[in-house]
Amino acid sequence: MSTAMSLHQRRKRKNGVMMALCVIAAGIGLAWLALILGALVYKGLSGLSLAVFTEMTPPPGEAGGLLNAIYGSIVMTIIGIVVGTPIGVLAGTYMAEYGRFSKLTTVVRFINDILLSAPSIIVGLFVYELMVRPMGHFSAIAGAVALSILVIPVVVRTTEDMLNLVPNALREAGTAIGAPRWVVIRSVAYRAALSGIVTGILLAIARISGETAPLLFTALNNQFWSSNLNAPMASLPVTIFQFALSPYEEWQQLAWTGALIITLTVLGLSIFARSLTGRREDR
Amino acid sequence: MSAVSEAVTSSGARTREAIVRRFALTDTIFRTATRLSAILVLVLLGGVAISLITGSWQALSKFGFSFLTTESWNPVTENFGALAPIYGTIVTSAIAILIAVPIGIGIAVFLTELCPRPLRRPIGIAVELLAGIPSIIYGIWGLFVFAPFLQTTVQPFVIWLFHGIPGLNGLFAGPPYGIGMLTSSLILAIMVLPFITSITKDVFDTVPSVLKESAYGIGCTTWEVTRRVVIPYTRVGIMGGVMLGLGRALGETMAVTFVIGNAHRISASLFAPGTTISATIANEFTEADGELYTSSLVALGLILFIITFIILAIARYMLLRIDSKAGA
Repeated sequence: MSTAMSLHQRRKRKNGVMMALCVIAAGIGLAWLALILGALVYKGLSGLSLAVFTEMTPPPGEAGGLLNAIYGSIVMTIIGIVVGTPIGVLAGTYMAEYGRFSKLTTVVRFINDILLSAPSIIVGLFVYELMVRPMGHFSAIAGAVALSILVIPVVVRTTEDMLNLVPNALREAGTAIGAPRWVVIRSVAYRAALSGIVTGILLAIARISGETAPLLFTALNNQFWSSNLNAPMASLPVTIFQFALSPYEEWQQLAWTGALIITLTVLGLSIFARSLTGRREDR
Repeated sequence: MSAVSEAVTSSGARTREAIVRRFALTDTIFRTATRLSAILVLVLLGGVAISLITGSWQALSKFGFSFLTTESWNPVTENFGALAPIYGTIVTSAIAILIAVPIGIGIAVFLTELCPRPLRRPIGIAVELLAGIPSIIYGIWGLFVFAPFLQTTVQPFVIWLFHGIPGLNGLFAGPPYGIGMLTSSLILAIMVLPFITSITKDVFDTVPSVLKESAYGIGCTTWEVTRRVVIPYTRVGIMGGVMLGLGRALGETMAVTFVIGNAHRISASLFAPGTTISATIANEFTEADGELYTSSLVALGLILFIITFIILAIARYMLLRIDSKAGA
């Protein structure tokens, strides 16, 4: 009897220890997030001023802002999204609508999932070989193409998933009143899956607006204001990379401020994106 | 009268025919456009492979197989070998996975078994936000906050702790730089944690309640249910998540570039600076002068591409298996 009791107690104690470890693990996860955000706010907030948004990146040892870098990031992100989104949505449409049971869909889904987690620096090398080397110089458009290649897999994945959630009865109702397939897709399936597809696009924006590696040797960097798409263009992540590794205090401060701006943008976008689909999950 | 109605119906039939034909045409165009976009995804991956092979051809044909086994990386004498970056990539990723897997599984257990229901979603989202933070943020945080902390407190203590123990004193030796292999591994562990957590949590949710309830019914504790029922049932899925995290860690660039120290050598100590494939490319590509230098860097990219492709393919294959199991 006493051995049975001790076995019971031993099991309970082991359970208590393991569960405590799980709670600690969750605590560690949350603590990292808090530590990183805390450091960002602490170091970045002091440099945040109007000048950051109105002045150009300064030469070493002088005060300045990040205007050209922010502008470059926005321009390349927009082009990347505008190029990548239609391709991604169309490919996702094929996989969920026309070719749901075809062999091609299985292959594309597998390859797309690999592209989704492929190292982004590889994409940078690809665009370097594809565009920068033949053109002979770095350019903003090459950077935008690299970003659009990162957008495609994200959008393909969410579009396919969201279209698969649309009930077939809706499509059949559309077909039954004589609408051709593409009208059914456009007016029924897209409309039903709209919030999900928008979430995918927002997540894609969140992903590429912080990407540094694919821009390093496609768009390069630019110390000055440039709106020429055929020339090197500054971007916020690459500027942070350059400034953070420099020995100048003003540059390091700008890097922290830029890091804070990017993080707030990215986290804001992903929380907003989640809130779009989150409501549906809870229902 | 009849002539008029005949004229009307025949013109109606003609317009209807035209409309149907136009519908069919638009449908064909739309279907072709979607199909081409799907094929473009395949073309992209093929294009990446081809461009990396052509770009690295010069280096590979000059150095041949010895590119993989040479440690020296000397731009002056144009003698390049990939051994040090490959070593750094594999060691940092392996340590990162060793750290992240137990914590990731722990968080997943916490979220599925222990956490009060109203807190589940917020905590789950908070962990996933870790995945959304751009890698350059981890880099700048690692360099300015984490590395100095390790340098002043953790590393001297660990060196003091192990200095008399043979084997371990070699692993944790040398001056505490702060930056180095171990720092990179720790940062990588934080970065892959959310991927492992969210996939583990997803596959934990696929365990049928009946299985868990029958285990609880015969008096198992939560830990025993997790250890004997949930984890064996989801083993393949967890492995898939781990492989996916490993694929991420292998290719991670910016965070590692900040904290690894960029030294092309292999040293036994984990505190010593090293380099990884992606950090080497990020650091040296724009400054590489000479065709052979650039080509060698692209060859590094090709090696990274092959390694991650294999790892990610295995990961997807495993997750595909658990998906079909959940669907059946």
